[in-house]
Amino acid sequence: MSAFIDFLGGLSLLAGSAFLLFGGLGLVRMPDIFNRIQAGTKTTTLGTLLTLLGAAMLHPEWSLKLLLIGVFLIFTNPLSSQVTACTAHYRGIKKSSLTKVDRLADDESESMEKSVSKNPDSEHKDKEEAEL
Amino acid sequence: MLTNNKSNVFVKRRVLVMFATLLLFWLMLQGSLGFDVIFIGILVAGLIAYLYPSGLSFFTEFRATPEAFKAGFRYYAYFFKELVKSNIRLASVVLSPSLPINPGIVKVRTKLKSKMGRLMLANSITLTPGTLTVELKDEWIYVHWVLMESDDIEAATREIVSGFESYLEVMYG
Amino acid sequence: MVDLLIILAAILAGGAFLFALWRFLLGPTRLDRVVAFDVLTIVSITFIVFAALIEKRGIYLDVALVYALLSFLGVIAIARYLGDRF
Repeated sequence: MSAFIDFLGGLSLLAGSAFLLFGGLGLVRMPDIFNRIQAGTKTTTLGTLLTLLGAAMLHPEWSLKLLLIGVFLIFTNPLSSQVTACTAHYRGIKKSSLTKVDRLADDESESMEKSVSKNPDSEHKDKEEAEL
Repeated sequence: MLTNNKSNVFVKRRVLVMFATLLLFWLMLQGSLGFDVIFIGILVAGLIAYLYPSGLSFFTEFRATPEAFKAGFRYYAYFFKELVKSNIRLASVVLSPSLPINPGIVKVRTKLKSKMGRLMLANSITLTPGTLTVELKDEWIYVHWVLMESDDIEAATREIVSGFESYLEVMYG
Repeated sequence: MVDLLIILAAILAGGAFLFALWRFLLGPTRLDRVVAFDVLTIVSITFIVFAALIEKRGIYLDVALVYALLSFLGVIAIARYLGDRF
C-alpha cells in the first residue's frame, strides 16, 4: 500500500514538472508580454502545487510545511503577475498585432481628453522605445 | 456610547483573529505540539497582536457564519477544478504548432464591496482559463483574455466573473 | 522506482528552467525579464523541494518557504519600481 502511494507521489511530481515545462515553453513561444504572463503564472502555480502534493505523498511528515508553502504560492503568485501586467500596460509596452480590443486603453484616453492638464502618456512610451 | 462599545468589540475580534492566525502559522511551521513550542507561540503571537492590532484588518471581513464556511468549501472545489481546466487548455494552446490565440483586454463589473472579496476575485480570475487581471478600478476589473469570446461588458461579466462571485458574495459581501 | 521518477521530474523542471532562462536573456523589454525571473524563482522552489526529497532532509523546506516569500517581494518591488509608483 505504501509503495502504491509512493508511486502516486512520483507520478504527481512528474505531472507537476511537465506543467512547469509547458509554462516555460509558453513563456518562449507567446508573442507579447501579457500572453507570456498568462503562460508563466497559471502553469507554474499548478505545477508547483502538484510537486508539493507529490512530496507530501512521499513524506507525510512534511505535509504541514508543504501546505504552508502551497498557501503562500496560491496567494502570492497571481498577485505578482497582476502587478507586472498592470505596470506593462501603464508603460505602454507594445501588444501583439493579434490583440483586437483594449478597453483599458480606450477608457484611459477618454479620461485623458476630459482632463488635459494630466501629463501625457507618450512620455513613457518614448522612454520604453529608448530602452529597447 | 453605544457606537464606542461596538467599535471596541470590533477591535477585540480583530486582535483575536490576528492572534489565532499567527499561532496557527507558527504551529504549522514547527510541526509539533510540545509544551515549549506552544508557550513561545502564545507569548510571541500575543505580543505581536497587542502591538499591531490593525495589521490583518482585511482577514476579519470574512463572515463567520455556517453558510460562509459552506460557500468557502465549494469555492475552493470550484477553484481547483477551474485551475486544472485552465492549465490543460493553456498547455494545448502552447503545444499546438499554429499557436491559436485571440487576445484582447475586456472590461467586467463586480458586485463585491469588500476589499478582501475583490482581491480574492482578482486572484481567482488570474488563475482561471485564459484570463489575467490587469487593473482594478472601483467596481470595474480590466481582464486580459487569451481566447476572447466577446468584448461586450455583460457577456464578458457572465463568462468570467459570475462563477466565482456567487460564492464570494456569501463569504465576504 | 520512485527515485527514478524523482530524477525524471527534476530533468523536466530543468527544461522549464532553461526555457525561462532563454526568455530572461532574450528580453526584449525589462518587464519580460521580470516575468521570466518570476518563473525562474518558482522553478527554483521546486528544485529545493526535489533536493529535500533526494537528500531526505526536511529542513530544506524552510529554505523553500523563506525563498518563496522573498522572491515574491523582489518581483513586486522591481515591477512597481518600473511603474514609477514608489
